[in-house]
Amino acid sequence: MKILVPVKRVVDYNVKVRVKADGSGIETAGVKMSMNPFDEIAVEEAVRLKEKGVATEVIAVSLGVAACAETLRTALAMGADRGILVETDVDLQPLAVAKLLKAIVAQEDPKMVILGKQAIDDDMSATGQMLAALLGWPQGTFASKVTVEGDTLTVVREVDGGLETVALNLPAIITTDLRLNEPRYASLPNIMKARKKPIANMKPADLGVDPAPRLTVVKVAEPPKRKAGIKVGSVAELVGKLRTEAKVI
Amino acid sequence: MVALVLVEFDAAGIKQPSRSAVAAARALGEVHVLVAGNGVADAGAAAAKLDGVSKVLVADAPALGNFLSEPLSALLVQLSGNYSHLLAAATAVGKSVMPRVAALLDTQSISDIVEVVGADTFVRPIYAGNGLATVKSSDSKFVLTVRSASFDPVAAEGGSAAVESVSLADAPSISRFVSSELSKSERPELTAARVIISGGRGMQNGDNFSLLDPIADKLGAAVGASRAAVDAGFVPNEYQVGQTGKIVAPELYIAVGISGAIQHLAGMKDSKVIVAINKDEEAPIFQVADYGLVADLFSALPELAKELNS
Repeated sequence: MKILVPVKRVVDYNVKVRVKADGSGIETAGVKMSMNPFDEIAVEEAVRLKEKGVATEVIAVSLGVAACAETLRTALAMGADRGILVETDVDLQPLAVAKLLKAIVAQEDPKMVILGKQAIDDDMSATGQMLAALLGWPQGTFASKVTVEGDTLTVVREVDGGLETVALNLPAIITTDLRLNEPRYASLPNIMKARKKPIANMKPADLGVDPAPRLTVVKVAEPPKRKAGIKVGSVAELVGKLRTEAKVI
Repeated sequence: MVALVLVEFDAAGIKQPSRSAVAAARALGEVHVLVAGNGVADAGAAAAKLDGVSKVLVADAPALGNFLSEPLSALLVQLSGNYSHLLAAATAVGKSVMPRVAALLDTQSISDIVEVVGADTFVRPIYAGNGLATVKSSDSKFVLTVRSASFDPVAAEGGSAAVESVSLADAPSISRFVSSELSKSERPELTAARVIISGGRGMQNGDNFSLLDPIADKLGAAVGASRAAVDAGFVPNEYQVGQTGKIVAPELYIAVGISGAIQHLAGMKDSKVIVAINKDEEAPIFQVADYGLVADLFSALPELAKELNS
């Protein structure tokens, strides 16, 4: 079976982002970009399923500006077999991404789509669930363990009070949580090999999808800053302050 | 304009994050509540007492047990015709169900709202809370998840809403609940606790988390952790506070051996009072702490436990 893995190009995890002075968004010019960390976990899981003989082919998809091709190369270096780039300058929101992915699913016929549970830029945590809805597929969100047996996918999920296990009929959607796996680093030979792997290029119009955003960003503001506090010299002083000054204990 | 709020419940009643979602919905207009599950008459009765709710819809069916996303979203879509807004708390359940509902309604869901500006305009954090985006939707129906830490929950008592039964017309049988392993703890849940004490990488191992126990017991606190501590395998993921874990805003948050990565700060910086205990005086956690103690946690924690008992 084929597995499709969407990967998003985002501001690198370690970058301290800044709100633009005019409040129109986040400063991304000249900032280091990387693959969304949860998507790395998704690629890793798909590649492991291929190494176990469960999957036959892993296809990475990235949607957005031309530079998303770099993110695809990272996925290919980690072990994905080929890439699809859906190129657009439009600000893609989860519903549009889900519609584009649905059209790719119709072309490629994968039995599983593995996505990150959220992107660390917009923190929406929506694309996987939206794609599952549009396809009429079941969803295993926030997965920490995935097992395939015949036509059934068993997913252990991270829920608020602990873990939950669900059984899903394939085809199905998985969204990855932190503990699903630890993604590998691409080795230099694999990075070289990835350069030769094919990436197909298309536009949203080729897939018959209108990617126009439904949400308009009115403004982006800095969160209120906390006032600097004080250092206390001892545990006794700390407890004293909490009792008599802050009055929280 | 009427809003429908999907609520979660347990034997103790309607959960606090859901009561916060009701509070957010009240800023929009009239509020109805949906209680869905298998054997939920008591939860329906509890929902009817929520302050500010005018009607409770109760859907009781085996297929709706355990908050399984696929049948729950089918039910919400079925009921959506009467409502301008559909809301749920941004919990594991709400985050799974609401985007699925939105896609079925051809609407872009809006996750994790922290403020209602108007019927179609909401504020939500982006980039781990480093930006607060005000977004306006061009859709005709609005599907929202609510960051519970940003809305004071409505009172669990005081209301007397009408209760109406609804039935799920068409349950998709593509998924099945198998089991759950919930952590057994006498402590309050992280998202509902008045006090939280969290450990980080500085705790060095899982066993050392027991140093937090006497303090948590004394303060009636929930125990949390940074992602670094979860990644290192010290504690399970449900302890995680931060961008990719739980977002909390207790009255008192005590961070122990936590350096204060922005991803952690994103989950707790709205706490009323923050205490940091860390031996590294340069640790960024001190920049947000109201009270900082530069000390070795292995001596400070037993001392703190003792001091609280005095």
